[in-house]
Amino acid sequence: MPRIKLEPRAQSSRLMTYLSPLLAVVLTLMGAAVLFAILGRDPLEAYRAFFIDPVSTLYGIGELGVKGAPLILCAIGLAIGFRANVWNIGAEGQFILGAIAGGGVGLFFEPLLGPLTMPAMLIAGALGGLMWAAIPAFLKTRFNANEILTSLMLTYVASLLLNYLVRGPWRDPQGYNFPQSKPFDGYAVFNPFFTGTRLGLGALMALLAVVGGWFLMSRSFLGYQIKVVGLTPAAATYAGFNQKRVVWFCLAISGALAGLAGVNEVAGPIGQLLPTISPGYGFTAIIVAFLGRLHPFGILLAGLLIALSYLGGEAAQISLNLPVAVVGVFQGMLLFFLLACELLVRYRVVIGAPAVQSIAA
Amino acid sequence: MMKRRDFLIGTGSAIAATAALGMPYLARAADKLKAAWIFIGPTGDMGWSYQHDLGRQAVAAKYGDRVETIKVENVPESADAERVLTQLANQGSKIIFTTSFGYMEPTLKVAKNFPNVYFEHATGYKRAPNVSTYAVRFYEGRTVQGTLAGRLTKSGIVGYVGSVPIPEVVGGINAFTQAFRKIRPDGKVKVIYVNEWFNPGKEADAAKALIDQGADIMCQHTDSPAPVQTAEARGVWSFGQSSDMAKFGPTRCVTSNVDNWAPYYVKRVGMVLDGTWKSTDTWGGLAAGMLVIPPFNKTVPQDIASEGYKVKQAIIDGTRHPFDGPVANQAGEIKVAAGSNMPDPEILGINWYVQGVEGDLRK
Repeated sequence: MPRIKLEPRAQSSRLMTYLSPLLAVVLTLMGAAVLFAILGRDPLEAYRAFFIDPVSTLYGIGELGVKGAPLILCAIGLAIGFRANVWNIGAEGQFILGAIAGGGVGLFFEPLLGPLTMPAMLIAGALGGLMWAAIPAFLKTRFNANEILTSLMLTYVASLLLNYLVRGPWRDPQGYNFPQSKPFDGYAVFNPFFTGTRLGLGALMALLAVVGGWFLMSRSFLGYQIKVVGLTPAAATYAGFNQKRVVWFCLAISGALAGLAGVNEVAGPIGQLLPTISPGYGFTAIIVAFLGRLHPFGILLAGLLIALSYLGGEAAQISLNLPVAVVGVFQGMLLFFLLACELLVRYRVVIGAPAVQSIAA
Repeated sequence: MMKRRDFLIGTGSAIAATAALGMPYLARAADKLKAAWIFIGPTGDMGWSYQHDLGRQAVAAKYGDRVETIKVENVPESADAERVLTQLANQGSKIIFTTSFGYMEPTLKVAKNFPNVYFEHATGYKRAPNVSTYAVRFYEGRTVQGTLAGRLTKSGIVGYVGSVPIPEVVGGINAFTQAFRKIRPDGKVKVIYVNEWFNPGKEADAAKALIDQGADIMCQHTDSPAPVQTAEARGVWSFGQSSDMAKFGPTRCVTSNVDNWAPYYVKRVGMVLDGTWKSTDTWGGLAAGMLVIPPFNKTVPQDIASEGYKVKQAIIDGTRHPFDGPVANQAGEIKVAAGSNMPDPEILGINWYVQGVEGDLRK
């Protein structure tokens, strides 16, 4: 019986490392064409509905930014941590806490703060996310608790806290007991930059985060420390880098960015606090971070691609009557091909390796 | 890189070709009225969205070539709803049904930008010249259920799996309890909220906990069949919600509260075709055919079943009101005097429990 084995390549091709995401996209498009054909749709028409129609208007391009901005903001922070082997899985919770903290300032202090409301909300939002991420940071550095578990579980706590607030103390008294806060008012509303779109502060901040993230990781000593800690913790210790400080920094920055995304989402496109303010941005951001190969500019492109896949899924339902499950299959294919390409760039498949060797291994 | 560019060029020319070929088709499609629906879940949920989609299918069947129906599933009640509604309006939908409460603000916002498109928002309370609201008087069915439960129970304890404590749900619990305690004055209704509309796991856990606390009647205001299935396994009577759940509880599911949106959808789309559409607020129940109670399970004793049917008929005739006085709150204070009925605005905004419901309602 032939044996199939994966062997690490001695040296993976630098060109292929960069091309593999692109290859995955092309393979996904080919897979999607087969899928569309099986469903009895012209693949080209489906491509157009999926990828071109959604961004063929100014409004559509704006929506790409509206959908992509929270993904990119969260993913930039996560990627910094992932580089240092700090696995923050709880961006969703930090996003929610940012919305609660920033939204709370907007709801209750707008008359007092006046024109200062918006900056105060942004600061509160960033701090809210930061504080929520500080809990796993403390547990990790003090008790060596696994941050994957603690940050993930705190997501559910955050979601229940928001639920409690909008059903209880922060509920709109005029809202017939429905779970929702009052709509934000006056200075607490983040208006879009251009009429006819919903593109606003969130998208600007996402772009700033991309540039800031690039500068941090490529041009600063702190970024260098982060990479060393991630690649060879022993060398980092030998070099005298404070690993606990890196853990704190990574969680703090990713929490703050997720919190900013949260406050921008509620004060911008949504306009009030609701039980569900995020369709899973914090979790999808993990995919975006890896799809972008943990590089800020890669994340920018990846965030826009994933955002486009959501917009395309809606458009395909509207104009082609495709079922919503197709969107899930499409995104699944993208991830599958992405991981497969990455694996094959770093490993090669050996067929027919002798049995003895594998026992020895 | 070359490959990708070639690919894009290929796509571009192909698009031009399809656009040219597609012209006659588009011209024909433009004569049709486009009616669109957006759903909170997948239409295969067998509950809330499924029932709304049956209504959409009824519209398609009724008007045939005159109407094109469009549906968008899994639209989150967040920033996404506004975009989907805008895209639907941009693409020529003339009437759009938004089938979940959380679409209220997005519906109003988009309606303001598209004054010539008609919007219909389910279960909400804000209207505009081009935004109607519509809902079902679910609580009417609860009176029938409470009557049947009062006769069927031995322990006198009812388990009620709630979704979220909004007036629609609280009113249902109250109507059930009022009817239940007319027959079992010592009866108790225990409520567990799962804070979601569709979560089979949580709903089943809540049902198990309630049965463990002595409930021998299982009621639900959530959309999955999990409580009915749990009750069947434990040999406890149950009442289904949203769709007819008889097949999930072949021996123990007494009946279900079935939402029937089809008559409303057919009527409203017809009004757009005639040019008679106007903004209204519709709240229909058993008499309007918007709430349907399927025949009771054959396992229900005949005398009990006929009493249930009598109550149902009395509600349709208007001789019985689900909230006929006296209605007392949990503290025993009379809120509706004997001889009068609770008025509609109070039912719409109800935020307190009647006597016999256990637990506090968060205010």
